[in-house]
Amino acid sequence: MRSNVADFTLIAPPTLNATLEILACDSSLYTPIAGGTELMVALSANRLAQKNFLSIKHLTELRFIDATPDAITIGSGTTFTDIRRHAVIATDLPLLNQAASWTGSIANQNRGTLGGNIVNASPAADSPPALLAYDATVTLVSATGTRTIPYRDFHLGYKKTVLRPDELLYSIKIKRNFGGYITYTRKVGTRNAQAISKVALACLALLDNGVVRDIRIGAASLHETPIRCTATEQSILNQPSTPSTIAAARAALATEVRPIDDIRSTAKYRAAVAASLLEEFLRTLSG
Amino acid sequence: MPEPGPIVGTSPIRKEGLAKVTGRAQYVDDITLPGMWYGATVRSTIARGCITSIAYDPAIDWSQFTIVTAADIPGENTIIHLTKDHPCLASENINHPAEPILLLAHPDKNVLHAAVEAVHVTYEDFPGVFTIEDSETGAAGDTSKVVWDHRGHGGSPNTFKTFLMQKGDDPLADSALQAAFQSADFIVEGEYRTGAQEHLYIENNGVIAEAFRAPNGSLDSITVSGSMQCPYYLVHALELVFNLPAEKCRVIQTETGGAFGGKEDFPSVIGSHAALLAMKSGHPVKICYDRAEDLIATTKRHPSRTRHRTAVSRDGKLLAGEIEVAIDGGAYATLSAVVLSRATIHAPGPYHWPHLTVRAKAMATNIAPHGAFRGFGAPQSLFALERHMDKIAKAVGLTPEELRRRNFLATGDHTATGQHLTDPVDMQGLLTRALHESNYHAKRAEFDRTNLTSTIKRGIGFAAFMHGSGFTGSGERRLNSLVKIKITPEGRPCILVSSTEFGQGTNTILSQVCAQTLRIPYDEVLVAQPDTAIVPNSGPTVASRTAMIVGKLVERASESVLATLGLPPHSAPLLSSRSAAEGSASPLDEPSNYTADQFRTTADQFRTTAVAYLAAHGSLTAEARYEAPNNIFWDDDQYKGDAYPTYAWAVYVAEVTVDTLTYIAEVKNFHALQDVGKVIHPILAKGQIEGGVAQGIGYALYEKCVYVDGLMRNNQMTNYIMPTSADLPPIHVHFEETPSIHGPQGAKGIGELPMDGPAPAILNAIEHATGIAFTEIPLLPEDIFERMSCTPVGSNEVGGTEDFKPAIDHDTRVEANA
Amino acid sequence: MTTVHFKINGEEKSVAAPPMKRLLDVLREDLHLTGAKEGCGEGECGSCSILMNGELVNSCLVPILQAEGTHIMTIEGVAHLVEKNEKLHPIQQSFLEKGGAQCGICTPGMILATHYLLDKYPQPTLLQIQEGLAGNLCRCTGYMRIFDAVQQAGRQNLTTGVAE
Repeated sequence: MRSNVADFTLIAPPTLNATLEILACDSSLYTPIAGGTELMVALSANRLAQKNFLSIKHLTELRFIDATPDAITIGSGTTFTDIRRHAVIATDLPLLNQAASWTGSIANQNRGTLGGNIVNASPAADSPPALLAYDATVTLVSATGTRTIPYRDFHLGYKKTVLRPDELLYSIKIKRNFGGYITYTRKVGTRNAQAISKVALACLALLDNGVVRDIRIGAASLHETPIRCTATEQSILNQPSTPSTIAAARAALATEVRPIDDIRSTAKYRAAVAASLLEEFLRTLSG
Repeated sequence: MPEPGPIVGTSPIRKEGLAKVTGRAQYVDDITLPGMWYGATVRSTIARGCITSIAYDPAIDWSQFTIVTAADIPGENTIIHLTKDHPCLASENINHPAEPILLLAHPDKNVLHAAVEAVHVTYEDFPGVFTIEDSETGAAGDTSKVVWDHRGHGGSPNTFKTFLMQKGDDPLADSALQAAFQSADFIVEGEYRTGAQEHLYIENNGVIAEAFRAPNGSLDSITVSGSMQCPYYLVHALELVFNLPAEKCRVIQTETGGAFGGKEDFPSVIGSHAALLAMKSGHPVKICYDRAEDLIATTKRHPSRTRHRTAVSRDGKLLAGEIEVAIDGGAYATLSAVVLSRATIHAPGPYHWPHLTVRAKAMATNIAPHGAFRGFGAPQSLFALERHMDKIAKAVGLTPEELRRRNFLATGDHTATGQHLTDPVDMQGLLTRALHESNYHAKRAEFDRTNLTSTIKRGIGFAAFMHGSGFTGSGERRLNSLVKIKITPEGRPCILVSSTEFGQGTNTILSQVCAQTLRIPYDEVLVAQPDTAIVPNSGPTVASRTAMIVGKLVERASESVLATLGLPPHSAPLLSSRSAAEGSASPLDEPSNYTADQFRTTADQFRTTAVAYLAAHGSLTAEARYEAPNNIFWDDDQYKGDAYPTYAWAVYVAEVTVDTLTYIAEVKNFHALQDVGKVIHPILAKGQIEGGVAQGIGYALYEKCVYVDGLMRNNQMTNYIMPTSADLPPIHVHFEETPSIHGPQGAKGIGELPMDGPAPAILNAIEHATGIAFTEIPLLPEDIFERMSCTPVGSNEVGGTEDFKPAIDHDTRVEANA
Repeated sequence: MTTVHFKINGEEKSVAAPPMKRLLDVLREDLHLTGAKEGCGEGECGSCSILMNGELVNSCLVPILQAEGTHIMTIEGVAHLVEKNEKLHPIQQSFLEKGGAQCGICTPGMILATHYLLDKYPQPTLLQIQEGLAGNLCRCTGYMRIFDAVQQAGRQNLTTGVAE
């Protein structure tokens, strides 16, 4: 424990509104903390620049899963365990269910929240590729109102997002219109459990007579943010999944990923394995 | 009274088990002494250079702190292992990153980290030496690369120690060897490398020290309690640092949360540091490293490079071999010489070599000193050998199995040091059984077939090896270990040893041996906490010596108790109604066959007799001191003779998959067959093997220390990857129990053996799966990718090495104002 | 300093501490419950595992303020007193008998993770055990004896019909 905890404050306003009021007054003062699975690690390592924290873990307004016939809306304070236990998510959003199961350990899933995973903005986070593939929208809330934007527009750069300091991520909404889609997701991490991604893909495709009519590919650890691989998607769209399509897709993927060498892997490895995973997915479409 | 039962060969509940499953076991960080302060260490930020200034940031009120520098050391500024090259605190020169420079203590541990950061040290920075090759350049005459001054420490520039081991009688040996190479049908060469490995005990290194003063104010004595394997090593270190006699340096082992060699030599460092702070502050001082500090500052397994050049006949007989072993010892000599010795002696493996020369050296680099780690040099040289044997098999056109069968040592053979193997050795039988248990032949054929069409390649491979039990060479004679058994006022035996429990089962197996010999229930036996004020020096708890060497001494001390009490000896019939002849008791008379009633009878008889003896004589303490067997001899100068009293022999079989999409290799099934003599406690023994195999799997496929300029940069559990429960295959453990005369009831050493076999077995299996002969561990997916994929990744220049900053963790770093 | 109230091993407690103080440190320093250990300080090793409102969590990642009003179970609360005698939980008994504890430092966390696992899956499959315990690192056992212990505890659930 390298920080002196006496140097830090933590408050827990009783309601979401009270929380937003405080953020509205002086948003530069407080940093929200939910499950603590990132920020508490930084606290122990004395890596926290911020001193004042505002707990949102207890806010029941943020912890919900609302399934209507059209969409599933997930509160940002929903834990990965909540997600894994939800029957509709299991059947309708298998990519998200799978991503939740890959996140940290069971204990981390019990504390870590979907909102925290998004706002922490790690390029290696487990849930973003699925959310990108499902084309989720996110609703941001502040004392002055709410705004809803496509999740694909949320990340601006390495650890930079559109979230204003006075805003909280309120919810994540995914349409329930993926009934006929083929799904694929694979995470390549440092080991089988409790691992950080070296590469991960989450993919959806809709086939019509062997032709790809819709395709979405979300990726982790291939760029400074989680990305939707739109160029790759374009190269496949309205094509049958043939060897030449696959070759074009691999080439397109290479143009839009920017993997790096870091402490866990190499850029070359990441790029190669991403292409292999993409090909593995596309082969499942060749039927 | 608990239900008694048979003892040796059964699995009673471990002695300290109840404390462990209830959370009551007191590890050092669970202990708080009145008035206790906390200590921290200011470490170098460079790998090599000189300290030019030390400044204390005025923002801190330093009067609240105790500050210790090298100038405060009352005795010698050295951490003694084998020589005195290793300073307790750096005063002028820096030889590795994170080298301790000064120590701080404060009553509030929360303020220590900021204080450490507020000590500003400046340096004159010299270029560091970080590889064996760079160190060799220094040894060869490039004085700018000489990072270890050998004067006064033996060795030569940058070279802590060298060994030359030759089979046969020199000077004839060398010419015979060269002749064998000239007449050989094949000459097979290979180079093999192993990386550093972290012990990753879950409890970091930690101690609490107290200093006591005489009425005149002078330092009287030091007491250090903590997590450690070898209390008397620390006593010796304290004697020098404090210039005190041994009896004034008291060391107490607390419950120890894993060690694996990582708490053999290092406690001498942290123990001396805490004691210096205690001396100067006048308070007990606790130093417990956090994980990040433990990983950068404490020892790792020695990295190695082994080169083989082997002469082989057409029919696969080894004719001659030249083996060069080089290990990276880090900045100071520590235990490198003895690690090197075990590496040297294990380099030839369980094979008959008509002619052999092994040249070995331990080199200096500007990396934190490497130290003891389970296997102690043997995993390194056996990895090289068992990969090389598969290479030879391929060259000669034999199967890996057949090549080994044609060269195995057998009973009556001589090892490369000239040791005559008088104990039964049956490598042929072990190999046959291991291949049968693992269904090796059928699987090999099946994988050959299915790999043609599968993207997931499967392979099966094995390694054959041995591990010497006990200290190398004349080590046990020098240790001169002593064991005592004291009878308590209640008439119960209490074992007094400095041998420590850190999970492997010392307390339990020694109690079993004592109970078996005294013919009393296991629960009757007590084990004293290792406290050098109370227990004799039974030697360090290392080198697979505790069960065999210390166990035998416990057996002898127990026999002495029986003799003193006038009870019949262990081997004699127990109940007077029995009529078996002395020395050949019928099986019914073995304690393991006692009924509960018989046990109660003998336990009552023992207690009654013991209490009566105490009433008459006041006390009873029996002891046994190591006596080298007459037929065991080792010549340190010639490096010849009986290297170990006996060996454990083993064949391990690994089954792997290599996914050609992700380049991930995984172990899917593992069989570990070994002859370790009598298995004293089957559950503990299995646990030792399984744990060692798991560590070996980590060594082979997962665990990499990422160094930048000599500093470990992945010093977090998140980034030093050890196997989780979801990463390990079923590990099937099989024993053969050929008894050895050297251990109690025939037991041999077991603790280190399972570290030796997994890595070569796994890489042999990967070669079977992929056809690629990998020669280096750890073997990560990125390494497999580099070899398997020769095609460019694409037209785009992805990433690029200019981004390579391993210290930066792009995934988990938390930035301000994110 | 903030005063935080919670129930620990069935007992009401209140502790005054800096609100960001880690629950682990409150347990060990303020309440002298040293069964939970710090192995890594980053939620990786699981040796600080406890149950909070019945959920397995790493106590090194919980600021104490977030423990307000919760029910916490630590290793010290797993065994029960029966007529002044300690009665081990079947999980503890199985760890003892099957060799699930070696050095013991991961054992408190491992037993609580097992407790949580058996709540969910009274007779877990090997895969469920492997996943359920993957956040609790053990360097001694290679996990095999631990799997044995968990399976034995699970079999006892079968005979007693409880997953307590």
